Amino acid sequence: MAKIGVFICHCGENIASKVDCTKLAAAIGEHPGVAVSVEYKYFCSEPGQESVKKAIRDNNLTGVIIAACSPRMHEATFRKVCAEAGLNPYLCEIANIREQCSWVHTDKDMATEKAMDITRSMIEKVKRNNKLQPIEVPVTRRALVIGGGVAGIQAALDIANAGQEVVLVEREPSLGGHMSQLSETFPTLDCSQCILTPRMVEVAQHPKIRLLTYAEVEHVDGFIGNFKVKIRMKSRYVNRDVCTGCGDCMVKCPVKKISSEFDCGLGKRTAIYTPFAQSVPNIPVIDKASCIYFKNGKCKTCMKSCQINAINFDMQDEFIDLEIGAIVVATGFQIQNTAGYGEYGYGKYPDVITGLQFERLATASGPTSGKILRPSDGKEPETVVFIQCAGSRDPSKGVRYCSKICCMYTAKHAMLYAHKVHHGKSHVFYMDIRAAGKGYDEFTRRTIEEDDASYVRGRVSKVWLENGKLMVRGVDTLLGRPVTIPADMVVLATAMVPQPNAIEFAKTIGIAYDEYGYYNEAHLKLRPVESSSAGIFLAGACQSPKDIPDSIAQASASASKVLALFSKETLEREPVVASTNEATCAGCWGCVLACPYNAIEQKDILDRSGRIIKSVASVNPGLCQGCGTCVTFCRSNSIDLAGFTEKQIFAEMMAL
Amino acid sequence: MSETFEPKIIAFVCTYCTYAGADLAGTSRLKYAPNVRLIRLPCTGRISPMFILKALQKGADGILISGCHPGDCHFTHGNYHARRRWMVFRSLLDFMGISTERVKFSWISAAEGGKFADLINNVTEDIRKLGPFDQYKELIRETEAPATL
Ligand SMILES: Cc1cc2nc3c(=O)[nH]c(=O)nc-3n(C[C@H](O)[C@H](O)[C@H](O)COP(=O)(O)OP(=O)(O)OC[C@H]3O[C@@H](n4cnc5c(N)ncnc54)[C@H](O)[C@@H]3O)c2cc1C
Ligand code: SF4
Ligand code: SF4
Repeated sequence: MAKIGVFICHCGENIASKVDCTKLAAAIGEHPGVAVSVEYKYFCSEPGQESVKKAIRDNNLTGVIIAACSPRMHEATFRKVCAEAGLNPYLCEIANIREQCSWVHTDKDMATEKAMDITRSMIEKVKRNNKLQPIEVPVTRRALVIGGGVAGIQAALDIANAGQEVVLVEREPSLGGHMSQLSETFPTLDCSQCILTPRMVEVAQHPKIRLLTYAEVEHVDGFIGNFKVKIRMKSRYVNRDVCTGCGDCMVKCPVKKISSEFDCGLGKRTAIYTPFAQSVPNIPVIDKASCIYFKNGKCKTCMKSCQINAINFDMQDEFIDLEIGAIVVATGFQIQNTAGYGEYGYGKYPDVITGLQFERLATASGPTSGKILRPSDGKEPETVVFIQCAGSRDPSKGVRYCSKICCMYTAKHAMLYAHKVHHGKSHVFYMDIRAAGKGYDEFTRRTIEEDDASYVRGRVSKVWLENGKLMVRGVDTLLGRPVTIPADMVVLATAMVPQPNAIEFAKTIGIAYDEYGYYNEAHLKLRPVESSSAGIFLAGACQSPKDIPDSIAQASASASKVLALFSKETLEREPVVASTNEATCAGCWGCVLACPYNAIEQKDILDRSGRIIKSVASVNPGLCQGCGTCVTFCRSNSIDLAGFTEKQIFAEMMAL
Repeated sequence: MSETFEPKIIAFVCTYCTYAGADLAGTSRLKYAPNVRLIRLPCTGRISPMFILKALQKGADGILISGCHPGDCHFTHGNYHARRRWMVFRSLLDFMGISTERVKFSWISAAEGGKFADLINNVTEDIRKLGPFDQYKELIRETEAPATL
């Protein structure tokens, strides 16, 4: 006889205000097989958990239903409670009466009725649950970090310094990401290159890190602890093993006027190039699209100049297969294209630039050697207007969210400008100043109070050229009147958005993303660095706009998650796996075709003399991921999925 | 049919996308019609046509099947199996004379709480318009009738 205990949680007022818990408990108490039906304010609290344990022991319960929040919140908590009370944890189910009932309905009677249905259907399910044991799977102790920006670098170093192997994949020719493009960084004005380059070098030299630059992840298979990853090494046309990074080839290359991506179009590079002087590794790549040889079969000047024959025009992409235990995704962001903001004149007037371009101007090793000079005529601008939220917080043309970093970097830009151009005057158009962070508000105050930036609260409607001046027209909403400022340069604080291929890439590796293409965490508050897929973690601006301190903190957090996973040789997996009934299996192999994981094999049944009597399907529990596709496929009902058996689902349905 | 007909709808959803989307609608405190009961499955690939028939037979007025968007299946392609199966099953329903409008198919991701709430409201309204589903009940009555004679 089933003896089911039903524990109805009020969740403070969260459930109790919309579901009549007393009525629910009374009605459920009448349901066949229910031995205990009680309500309590917070079952997840210590006394709540203790009361569940006590009820299990006192009544010898055969199953437990917690009618409370989503199983995605506390299923693990309550299964542990059951195990501690001596009940197989898989005999516990959650009736979701919060997220899917009390929080979404307004009519108390109807919500109570729905809660009853939900609870009853889970009772009928749990009556048919089987005792299950978790499955042990081995863990490959090797981490893959995707993206070599500051977040990926930090994650790789943390994992490697703890003694575990790391493979770091960066798709550009060099490590560094956006931070390597920055001048000085708020709020302390450290020189970005000076604090980043040593770490890049440390990655390249670390005995535990295998650095693969100019490489991309092609394919990810498998599951936590046991991923199989295919990497494409894009052909550099320069042999990484012999190149010494002398740079002779770049000096000789006749194609010298290619717009530099690293300098955001403000500088030039050659066809064989490294993105910047401190690139790691310091090995050039040939940009096929601009190389003369690849265009018309003549040139090879670089090849002739290379003393050690490192250049090979016949090089092909190579593929590397890796076994990986955990993945950290740190693919970063890009700045939004300003094409939608024609009124700001970006693309039309060369002296309207983005914040990232301003960073390049302000960098000592940048195209102007750190002097703030106008792109149009190389003159020092005497008035600069900064426009914040150029794309952020603008649902009509840009993105709805706040990019979080632009208030800070604009304040930094105005400050750097004041330090570099002493007689210059800066104006900043802003919506609000969002400077929440350690030392951040003090920093923006300094820009306003000591570096004399005038902050104008309001939006800019138009920028146009008149007598050699960029006329910036906006409203000062505090004074309630329009203003027009003649400027020599305009800097747009463009929005931070996901990488151009962020969604496609999420699909390649199998993680969830939000409406913008930022990667979703497993739980925004409680599990902020885990992705939706077990064993895949997130770090940096690929998850949401972040500054450097936040990116680093998240990277270290991800690394610690990876290390926790690697602390054991095996890990326990949910026993939600399929199994076949060998007596009835007809060997049609429908399930074999259906299984996305090739988890079903043919098994021969032999008689005593070793002859094959018949062949049946057999599921490898190590490979099975528990999707259940095979079950639906089987025509003879010979395959079932633990935890979601045919019986359980039908029973659940019949109770509704 | 009276104006206050409250249809009963059973939804079969996958745990990774639509169930999570339903939770998000909850955490966002969106409000929607209380007529739908969710059955959580690992993947839409687990949904057997028998579940749908059984639910209709048991008295459901409408069925909803929802999982991850094409290409986003946590199990790589369970949702494609579900879609193909549904296409075939749809013609069977049609053949049986059951309005295919009673069975809805949709994709809702874990990020689409708002879309989930809208879907539930729309499906509820659509089924309300179709009225109670009693074809099956009549059929059962008819087939059982001779035995009771
Ligand atoms: C104008 C501007 C000024 C800023 N100033 C400051 C400042 O002063 N202080 C501060 O704290 N922050 C500042 N920031 C923010 C800072 O740039 C970010 O916080 C930081 O760069 C985020 O690091 P990340 O590693 O997450 O991303 P990224 O720096 O974007 O690095 C991501 C890396 O991943 C690589 N990648 C992407 N996709 C793939 C793929 N599929 N496979 C392999 N590799 C891939 C990219 O090539 C890149 O190298 C500024 C940002 C901007 C735009
Ligand atoms: S390819 Fe040859 S010439 Fe060019 S940097 Fe490498 S070693 Fe020097
Ligand atoms: S449940 Fe079936 S189809 Fe799915 S992974 Fe396991 S064996 Fe393969």
